[in-house]
Order: sequence, then structure tokens, then C-alpha cells
Amino acid sequence: MATSRLFTNLDQIFILLRNWLVDFLPAALRPAAGIVLGVITIVCLFPGLFALTTVFERKGLGRIQNRLGPNRVGPFGFFQPVADGIKSLTKEDIVPFSANAVVHFLAPLSLVVAVFMEFAVLPMGRNMVLVDLNAGLLFFFSMSASTELSVFMAGWSSRNKYSLLGAMRAVAQMISYEVVLLLSSVSVVMIAGSLSLPKIVDAQNSYTGIFPHWYIFTPWGLAGFVMYAIAATAETNRSPFDLPEGESELVAGYHTEYSGFKFALFFLGEYLAMFAISGLGTTLFLGGWSAPFSFLTFIPSWIWFFSKVMLSIFVFIWMRGTLPRLRQDQLMNFAWKFVLPFTLLNLFVTALWRFMGDGWMRWVVCTVILAAAYVLMGRLSMRNEHFGPRRYRYAE
Amino acid sequence: MNALFYLLAAITICGGLAAVMLKHLVHCALATTVAFAGLALLYLQLDAQFAGFAQILVYIGAVAILIVFAILLTRGADLPKEGVFSSTWFVGLVIAAGVFAVLAWAVLESVRALPQHNAVPAVTVHDIGNALVGRYVLPLEIVALLLTAATIGAVIVAMHEKERPKP
Amino acid sequence: MTTPLAGYLLVAALLFAIGLAGALVRRNAILVLIGIELMLNAANLNLIAFWRYGPHPEFLTGMMFAIFSIAVAAAEAAVGLGLVISIHRHTNTTDLDKMNRMKG
Repeated sequence: MATSRLFTNLDQIFILLRNWLVDFLPAALRPAAGIVLGVITIVCLFPGLFALTTVFERKGLGRIQNRLGPNRVGPFGFFQPVADGIKSLTKEDIVPFSANAVVHFLAPLSLVVAVFMEFAVLPMGRNMVLVDLNAGLLFFFSMSASTELSVFMAGWSSRNKYSLLGAMRAVAQMISYEVVLLLSSVSVVMIAGSLSLPKIVDAQNSYTGIFPHWYIFTPWGLAGFVMYAIAATAETNRSPFDLPEGESELVAGYHTEYSGFKFALFFLGEYLAMFAISGLGTTLFLGGWSAPFSFLTFIPSWIWFFSKVMLSIFVFIWMRGTLPRLRQDQLMNFAWKFVLPFTLLNLFVTALWRFMGDGWMRWVVCTVILAAAYVLMGRLSMRNEHFGPRRYRYAE
Repeated sequence: MNALFYLLAAITICGGLAAVMLKHLVHCALATTVAFAGLALLYLQLDAQFAGFAQILVYIGAVAILIVFAILLTRGADLPKEGVFSSTWFVGLVIAAGVFAVLAWAVLESVRALPQHNAVPAVTVHDIGNALVGRYVLPLEIVALLLTAATIGAVIVAMHEKERPKP
Repeated sequence: MTTPLAGYLLVAALLFAIGLAGALVRRNAILVLIGIELMLNAANLNLIAFWRYGPHPEFLTGMMFAIFSIAVAAAEAAVGLGLVISIHRHTNTTDLDKMNRMKG
């Protein structure tokens, strides 16, 4: 009895801590103070996680590429982000002479603010959500959509052709893949029957035997998750979809003309977007903060959430170290000719799943439809596309 | 009427004014975004959560991007030599002022006659979904048809024309 | 200003007038589209304000009207900007004062 009480307290430790701190204040200020504390936690926690991730990414990439990675600052190079942070803070902030100074300044700021807003609706543990909005998923997507404009602002205001090209690529890519991101989430909404993210987690938080009811363990959920993961990689401009910052052609893409702290803000925004989109994917398909087996439920819920997020981050890094970059036309063709039709089909399959009732029939039907579509669209129609080595039309 | 409303209204109106008065087209597009964001916040102030978020998603996430793309594709980023205002700008201004005067007069005259219901409506996304597929299912279908037609139409209109020999 | 509703309606009227002025006064076709978008948005604000302070908010009439209007406005923007790009390709200008011939 005492141990279960201990585990419940450990599970809710941040909530208890918040309540304890808030109780020092007069009753009228308590709700506002609770929200302020939550905001402070988010604003401190995720940049910290970002610093940690940059080390892991550089070490991991080094491991994949058979080299050491950073190993000078601190034990095993773990204080590298501190050095990087001091460097970017003390660097001179250069604004190009012909740049549009106001827009140039506002772009990184609005990007980071919009990305931070996305965390407000993510449930990071049992009861651990800043605001449980009725339309939480819509809020998340509206915030992630408004980052596109910041990218454009950055690229346009720099008055540099590489920046502008990078920004146009980034915006075109983000718009194309955002449609997929939204549509693959809609299938979850159809089954869970709610746009509120805590309710979506609750809908997955039950077990058959020891196995959980996560949406990824259904045919439509698996297909939706794969589509979501592809779209999320493209949405955060990560390799193999990192054309907007393709170093070999565009210097650094839309943040070519940024230096010092503003560049650090872009870097931060990119990683925060990665955390947010992994967090949403975890919430929608991987059961959010629920445990993977029923006998592991005693481990605090927030540990599960953050382990799942870090696992997806690891997959991002793995893909970056493994896959070569796509070409722009391949990227667009892939989005509009394969991913989007497949996601639309997945919506239909989800509706079938919803209305066929319980039983093994729906498993067979849904799996067969999705597998057939994958073979037809992905294998047969892509066979005609030549994904071979690049042919140089003018250089030869 | 509280301070927040005045602040949001000021943001919206300033954004709108800047959007039609600034010289540079990209600045106009960005100012429009400010107006859109102000309107979304006003919707939230009016307890219309769903409409507010939809406004941000559609207007800032899509329409503003479309506008800046169109500006860049039509080389609108360079300033025109003849000035940005049309030759008949004075007439336009008078018409707009007249329209505003009539609207404001009508609002101030008639609003006293309207009954006020200040109770906050308890509307969830669930209700909106039910209304969309129940009471408003026909408009929903028509909008779906319209969006499909508009997508195809926009692609066809903006598509590169086949090279044909000039007479 | 007497009631909240009047405040919202006045803001909407002002925004509508600004949009109208923009559509009438500017030379550039894209700016005219921006003006039209502002006018549509002002109408949406009216609809939502009427929904909020009207007698039957549970029927969602004003809200639904606004949501449909947002969807239609997105389609309108796409088609309008497609037309502007197509005209620009034909005549090499987006200046409305120069687009005064029916034949391209």
C-alpha cells in the first residue's frame, strides 16, 4: 500500500511541487501563478534538452561516421553546448547592410515564440498539460503553420539569393508536407473522437493482457504513423529532406545571413520543433505517457513520455547519418504522388475500421487494403521513376 | 468592454491600415498577417476557440504564404515607378469613408434595439462536429466540392501554357 | 460605446472600410486581393460577434457561417492569386491601371 502511494506521488511529483509552491500565494493569484510556473518549466526544460540533444547528435553522428565527435570540453565532450552557447552569445551580431532590419530581427523571434506555444497543449505526463484545450490539436497545427511565415521573413529580409532560395524551398516543402501531417492526425481524431490531446492519450491508455491499445498497433495506425513520421521529418527540415539548408548548394539556406544569438535562436527553434513534433507523434500514435506493458505502469508517466520523445529524436539522428539527401523534384513528387494519396486512402480505411465493429474481420480487410495500396502505389508506380544516380545535362 | 478588447482592436486596425498604406508589397503582406492574428485573438476573446485557431491555420498558415509567393512570382517586390496609389485614389477614399460612416451610423442606431445575451455559450468542438455533419451537412458537402474545384481551377489557371507559335 | 457587441461591430466596420479603401486605392492587383481578404475577415468578425451575443448560440449559426466563410476565402485567395500570376505572365504587369484592354 505504502509503495503504491509512493509511486503515485512520484508520478505526480511535478504537480505536487507546483501546488506546494503556489500555496504560498494568496488564493486569488493561484491559477495564474500555476500557469506561470508551467510556462517557466517549459521554457527552461526544452532548451536544456536541446543542449543535451546537440551533444548526442554530434556524438551519434560521429559514431555512425566512424569518428569521435566532440571530446574536448568536459568529460567526453559533454560540456560542448556550454561552450557553443557562450560562443554564440559573445559573437558579433551582423546584419547585412541592405537587409530589412526590422523583419530580419523579428523572424527568429516569432519562430521561437510560435514553437514554444506548441508545447502548451502537449500532455507530458498524467495531468501534466499546461492547458487542456478543447481544440488542442488544431492549436498545435495552427502554431506550427505560423512558423512558415517566419522562415519566409528570414529568407526574404536577408537580401541574399541563397537565403531567399532556401526560404522558398523550405516554405514549399513545409506546406506540402503539412497537409500530410494534418491528414494522418485526422485518422486518430476519427477513432479517439476528440481534438483534445489528453483525451487522445486516455483513449489509448488501456491494456489487453499486457499489451497496450496504442494506435500504432492497428493497421491504419501503423500506416498513419509511417506517413506522420515522413511528414514530420520533412516539416522539421531534417535529413533526408533537408534541402532548404543543403550546404552543397545553398550555403546554409534561409539563415545564411544570421550570426550570433539570432542564429542560435534559429538553431533552437529547429530542435524545439523536432521535440514538439515528436511529442505530438508520441501522443497520437505511441500512447503518450502510457506505459508499453501493463506491468510497467508503476514507472512515472513523465519518464515514459520523455523516453518516447528521445527515442524518436534518436531515430531522427539515425536517419540523418544514414540517408542521402533527396532532390527537390523527388521531394515534391514523393509528397504529392505517394504520401498524400496514401494518407487519403488511410482516412478511408480508418473509417472502415471504425464502422466494421469488433472482430478479426476488420484487421484482415484493413491490412489487405493498405498492403495492396502500398504495393501498387509505392512499388509498381515508383518503378518507372528513375531514382538512379544523377544525370548531368549540362556539365558533361 | 475592457482593456484587452481595445488592445486587440488597435492591433487589428493598425495591421489593416499598414497593409493598405505601406509602399513595399512584402511589408503589406506581413502587416496583413498582423491583422489576421489580431482577428484570431478577437475570436478567442469572443469564446470562439475553433474559429480562432482555424483563422490562424488558414490565414497565417496558408493565405499569407500564398500572397507572399504570388508577390515574389510576379516580381512585386520591386517598387513601381509610378507610385503605389491608383490615379483615382481620392474617389476610392471618399467611397470607403462613406461606407464606414453609413455602417457606423447603422450600428450605433440599431444596437440599442438588439437584445444582449452575455452568457458565455458552452460550445465544444464536439458540438461543432455534430453540427457540421448534422444540421450543416449540405453546406459542408458544397464547400468540399468548391474546394476541389478551386484547387483544380487554380492549378489550371496558373499552369505554364504550352508554347505556341506567336502570330 | 454602449455594449460589447457595438464595439465589435464598429471594429468590423472600420476594418471593412480599410479593406475597401485598399481595394479601391492601390494599383497592384495583389494589394486589391489583400483588401478583399480584409473585407471578408471583417464580415467574419461580425458573424462571430452576432453568434456570441445573439439569442441562440447553441445553434452555432454565426460560427458555422464564419467557418465556411474561412474555407471559401482560402479557395478565393488561391484562385485570385492564380489569376494574378496568369495575367502577369501575359502582360508582364500587375498594375491594374495598365490592365485596361480585354485582349491580351
